[in-house]
Amino acid sequence: MSVAEQISNNGQSETAVENKFKVIGKDITVHYGEKQALFDVNLRIPEHQVTALIGPSGCGKSTFLRCINRMNDVIDGCRVGGELTVDGVDIYRSNIDVVELRARVGMVFQKPNPFPKSIYDNIAYGPRIHGQASGRGEMDEVVETSLRRAGLWDEVKDRLDEPGTGLSGGQQQRLCIARAIAVNPDVILMDEPCSALDPIATARIEELIDELRERFTIVIVTHSMQQAARVSQRTAFFHLGVLVEEGETDQIFTNPKDERTQDYITGRFG
Amino acid sequence: MTDTSSNTAVSTQGTWGEMSERTRLRYAAERRFRLYGLAAIGAAVLILATLVTSIGITGLPAFFQTYIKLDVTVDAASAEKGSYRGLMFKSVYALYPEVTDRREKKKLRGIVSSGAGREIKAAVLDDPSLIGTTFSIWVRSSDDVDIFVKGQMDRNLPEADRRVKDNEVAWIDGLEEQGRVETRFNFSFFSSGDSREPEQAGIWGAVVGSFFTLCVTLAVSFPLGVLAAVYLEEFAPQNRWTDLIEVNINNLAAVPSIVFGLLGLAMFLNFFGMPRSAPLVGGMVLALMTLPTIIIATRAALKAVPPSIREAALGVGASELQVVTHHVVPLAMPGILTGTIIGMAQALGESAPLLMIGMVAFIVDVPQGIFDPSTVLPVQIYIWADSPERAFVAKTSAAILVLLTFLVFMNAVAVMLRKRFERRW
Repeated sequence: MSVAEQISNNGQSETAVENKFKVIGKDITVHYGEKQALFDVNLRIPEHQVTALIGPSGCGKSTFLRCINRMNDVIDGCRVGGELTVDGVDIYRSNIDVVELRARVGMVFQKPNPFPKSIYDNIAYGPRIHGQASGRGEMDEVVETSLRRAGLWDEVKDRLDEPGTGLSGGQQQRLCIARAIAVNPDVILMDEPCSALDPIATARIEELIDELRERFTIVIVTHSMQQAARVSQRTAFFHLGVLVEEGETDQIFTNPKDERTQDYITGRFG
Repeated sequence: MTDTSSNTAVSTQGTWGEMSERTRLRYAAERRFRLYGLAAIGAAVLILATLVTSIGITGLPAFFQTYIKLDVTVDAASAEKGSYRGLMFKSVYALYPEVTDRREKKKLRGIVSSGAGREIKAAVLDDPSLIGTTFSIWVRSSDDVDIFVKGQMDRNLPEADRRVKDNEVAWIDGLEEQGRVETRFNFSFFSSGDSREPEQAGIWGAVVGSFFTLCVTLAVSFPLGVLAAVYLEEFAPQNRWTDLIEVNINNLAAVPSIVFGLLGLAMFLNFFGMPRSAPLVGGMVLALMTLPTIIIATRAALKAVPPSIREAALGVGASELQVVTHHVVPLAMPGILTGTIIGMAQALGESAPLLMIGMVAFIVDVPQGIFDPSTVLPVQIYIWADSPERAFVAKTSAAILVLLTFLVFMNAVAVMLRKRFERRW
C-alpha cells in the first residue's frame, strides 16, 4: 500500500481551517548552551487532530515537542525564545505553573517508562498528586477509565497489584499512555512512542492514537513516515532546526512544496 | 552417488575440530587466569581464617571464669556495718585453718577475687533471711588462680617463673578435691563495666557506650548526609561553587580520622564546652567522619536512578520535589542504606578520634545516656591491650570477638535491608 493510498483510506473530511488551534508557536527558538537547536519555528497545532512531526535525527522535532510542556526546563543551559501558547495562554510567561501546564499537556516517551510500582499506582499517581480524585472509589474509577481508554483494561484488570514493569513492551507503553490520560490532559505529546516496539504492538498503539484523537489533541514525533501517514491528519517536516514545511498530511506526502521535503519523504536522505 | 564436495564451502580458517596451537594457548591462558583467581581467594580466606582462629583461641578463656565455693557465716553486726569484705576473709581463712602466718594469710585470701565481698553482700541483700546463718556461696577466683585452673599456666615451671606459687598450688589442689572449684560461663563479662581486676572486667559498658555513640552518629550524619547529597545531586546548579564543594567532600573522605578528633576537641569541647568522654561528643565527631561516606554513597545511588523515571514523573506533572521524594529517593534507598551502614561500621571500629575527646578514660559505670562518660568497644580493646595483667590478654581478644560480631551483624542487616527494598522492584 502506498503512502498516498493510506492517507485516502483515513477518510479525512474535515479541513484544518475549520478547527481551532490548540497550540500555537510563534518564532520559537531554542538554544542548548551556545548551540541553537531551533530557528524561528512557527507552527499551529489544531484541536482534536494528530499532528506528526517528522524529520531526520537531530532536526529539532523532539526539541519542539518538549517545548510544549516545558520539559526542556530541566535541561541545564536550555533557553527558549519566542511565544508558545496553549489555549491562547503564553506558557513561558513567568506566572505559569509548570506543574499545572503538565497536567494539561501530558507526555508519552520513547521508551516505555512505567514507575517501578503496581499497575494501579502507575495510573493513580498523577490524579493523586493533582488531587483529582477523592477516595478510593473515585480513584478506582479513574484507573479503570484510563486503562479502558488505553485499551489495556481487559489485559490487566485481574492483576492491578502487579508491577507495571512486568508487562510486555507494548503493554508498558499503553500503560504509560493510560498514565498520561489519567490526569485528563487536553494535549498529549508522544515522543517516538513506537520506536521500541514490535510491529504488532505498534499497530495496536496506532489504533489507540486514532481513538484518542476524539478526546485529546495529539502531537507525535516519529521517525517512520509510514506511521506519520497512517495516524496523522497534519504533518510538519523539520530539517536542521528549521520547520521546512507543514500542512495536511496527504498534501505533504503527495505534493510537497519544498524540495527538501520531497527528498526526505522519497528516502533520498534521512 | 553424486559428488557433494563441489557444494561444500571451504573455510579459510582450516579444518573444524582441530585444535590449533593458538587455541591451545588461549585455553591455557584461561585456565591459568582462573587458577590465579582461585589462589588469591584461597590466600585471602586462609589469612582471614588464621586471624579469626587465633583471636578466637586467645579470647575463648575470657568467656569462662573460675568460681570458688566459700562457707560464709553472716552475723548481724557485720551485716549492719556492711563489712562483707571481712566476712569474706574469714571464710577464706576457714578453708585452711592451719595457715596462721600473716603473710601467708594474705596470700590465701588472694585466691578469691578482691571483689568477692560484694558478691556476698549482693546475696545477703537479695535474701536478708541469710543473716545469722551459714551458707555456701560461689565467688569469683582471682585472675591468676583463674588462669591456673583453666590450665593456661604450666605447673611444672620453676616456682620463680610462676605467678601462682607452690603453696597456692597446694591450696587450689586441695579445694578442687573438696569440689570447691568450678569453671562456669562468664555471664558477667557481658553485663558489667570495666574494672582494674580482670576477673571483674566486662564489656557491657563499652557496648552501651558504642551503642549511644552510634545512635548520635546516625542521628546526625544520616539526615545531614542524605539532605546534602539530594540537594547537590538533584537541585544544585552546576557551577564553580558546587564543583568546589564536591572536591572538598571527596577530600574529607580521605582525611585521617584523628584530625576529626582534633577538630572535635577544639570545637565541641573547648569552644562549645560540651562534656568530655560523652557519647554525644564522640557521636558528633564520628558523624563528621562518616558524612563524606554517606554523601558520596547517596549521590552515587541517586545518580544510578534512570532518568526515564524522572521524566515519567515530570511528565505527569510532579514537581521537582515530588519527583525526588516520591520516586528518586525511594529507588535509591538500597544504595543509601548500604552506604550508611558501611559508614556506621567504620564509625563503630574507629578509636583514634575518640582518644582526642577523652573517651579513653577508665570508666567503671555503664553509661545511662549520651551525656554520661563512657568508652566504646575499640577504645576498650585498646585500654585492655595496654593493661599489664595477664588475664587482660584473653579479655582483649574476647572484646575483639564481640566487636567483630557486631560488625558482621551490622553488615548482615545492611544486606537484609537492601534485599527487602529491592524486592519492591
